[in-house]
Amino acid sequence: MNDERWAAGQAGALDARSAMLDVRRIRADFPILAQQVNGKRVVFLDSAASSQKPIQVLQAMDDVYHRAYANVHRGVYAFSEAATQRYDQAREKVARFIGAPSAEQIVFTRNATEALNLLAYSYGRHFLRPGDEILITELEHHANFVPWQVLAQEHGLVLKFIPITPDGRLDLDKLDELLTPRTKLVSFAHVSNVLGTITDPRPIVQRAHAAGAKVIVDGSQSVPHMPVNVGEMDCDFLVFSGHKMLGPTGIGVLYGKRELLEAMPPFLTGGDMISAVGFDGPRWNDVPLKFEAGTPAFVEAIGLGAAVDYLSALGMDAVRAHEREITAYALERMSEVPGAQIIGPNDPEIRGGVVTFTLDRVHPHDLASLLDREGVAIRAGHHCAQPLHIRLGLNATARASFYIYNERHEVDALIEAIYKAKAALKR
Amino acid sequence: MQDLYREHILDHYENPRHHGVIEHADISHEESNPLCGDRIRIDVKLDGEGNRYRIADAAFTGDGCIISQAAASMLLEDVVGKSVDEVEQIEPQHMLDLVGIPLTAARVKCALLGLKVLKTGIKLWKLQQT
Repeated sequence: MNDERWAAGQAGALDARSAMLDVRRIRADFPILAQQVNGKRVVFLDSAASSQKPIQVLQAMDDVYHRAYANVHRGVYAFSEAATQRYDQAREKVARFIGAPSAEQIVFTRNATEALNLLAYSYGRHFLRPGDEILITELEHHANFVPWQVLAQEHGLVLKFIPITPDGRLDLDKLDELLTPRTKLVSFAHVSNVLGTITDPRPIVQRAHAAGAKVIVDGSQSVPHMPVNVGEMDCDFLVFSGHKMLGPTGIGVLYGKRELLEAMPPFLTGGDMISAVGFDGPRWNDVPLKFEAGTPAFVEAIGLGAAVDYLSALGMDAVRAHEREITAYALERMSEVPGAQIIGPNDPEIRGGVVTFTLDRVHPHDLASLLDREGVAIRAGHHCAQPLHIRLGLNATARASFYIYNERHEVDALIEAIYKAKAALKR
Repeated sequence: MQDLYREHILDHYENPRHHGVIEHADISHEESNPLCGDRIRIDVKLDGEGNRYRIADAAFTGDGCIISQAAASMLLEDVVGKSVDEVEQIEPQHMLDLVGIPLTAARVKCALLGLKVLKTGIKLWKLQQT
């Protein structure tokens, strides 16, 4: 695959007049979106769960399997060296994409969940002591919730929560009270997968650092959708998943500050993560390989590299602008629907491409099933954020989420399908 | 769209049969579907003796989607008067036939929640008897 050739082609997908995305051209790269569901062209509004993949990503992976497949970091023969080179390039692409100072600070994991578990296991179990405090928030995804609950239970730590305001923002007025000299770790979602709330990480990072705590940013819903720069955020760790940003499943990223990654013990042990093994014990490899035991998902990493190329060619500012516009439109249309209640901030400036809502006297699962009949795919349930739903006093919500390939008329299709569902249920 | 939520489903949801709580029930059991939070509690009053118990009365409460609640209503309408042994033999397909609409895999769980609650309740009751 010639990276430059298709990246240059993609640059043309940027409409120069408005700096918006040329969505029609983008959609041509996603053949799956031309499929029909229940006799209707699919309207895919569940990218916050997992995005679709462009042909460029599929081809980059296909090309490895067809032309240069062999295990990485092993052979001295051509296939292995070619695969290793592409794998290393993917790591460099990801590092550039998030503004990391070096590719060595990019640890490939299975997904954001594994990256957070790696941190809980390696950093948490090694550096935290009984009585230490971990501060997360009420709106976290289970991935940034359960590992800390388990760690706290096992090691006598105290887990605290930044509360949310009635309109779904983090209540940072409580931050000074919650940050104590015992706070060692602060971990929060850059963008909420339910409320869509965009939280500016910088004030939290500054205040946490001033209190002596390290900061983890869960970028699962931000890195795919907006410019994210670890240097500007000054976070200690950033985690995200490849499959939500046009990449394949099975590949995720942990970024960390070098001195922290170097001080942390390994997570999994085995091959590839050692520099030498004798009968008296092992010596760990350098970062990032210290954290990548066993044959890595290098084909998937190469796919993620292609996804990063695709997004970079579009420009993350343009991606964000597109999503802000379609989200604003969806919020506006949704507010016209009788009985619809939008959950989370109404201001598209602080809202990612996620519109979560309830419909009076219609259970979200019934709504999702009825919408599916119209080819409209939305998510219904608690979106792996049960504590947040408890806080909101809701059992379940419906969620439509947007990405680079979604168009305004798909919002119209969503609204029209909601009216049809209401009629079918006589609501 | 209408084929999914046919009139009889909506009718059972709007006007649930055997809805409520039975005081001093012989069997009371509740379960939730962890995926979507559907919740159903079923109370059963038995009559009979020895190995010949039958469902004299049954009632349910709960919250959740139309499928889960309507299916519970249909189930109780179906089982009242049947013997405990008969109810234990009910196959999931029988429940799906009662519901009578095409369901995707995720929604099948909603339709079967009531049956699961009832069967588990009977199983626990039988354990208590021995």
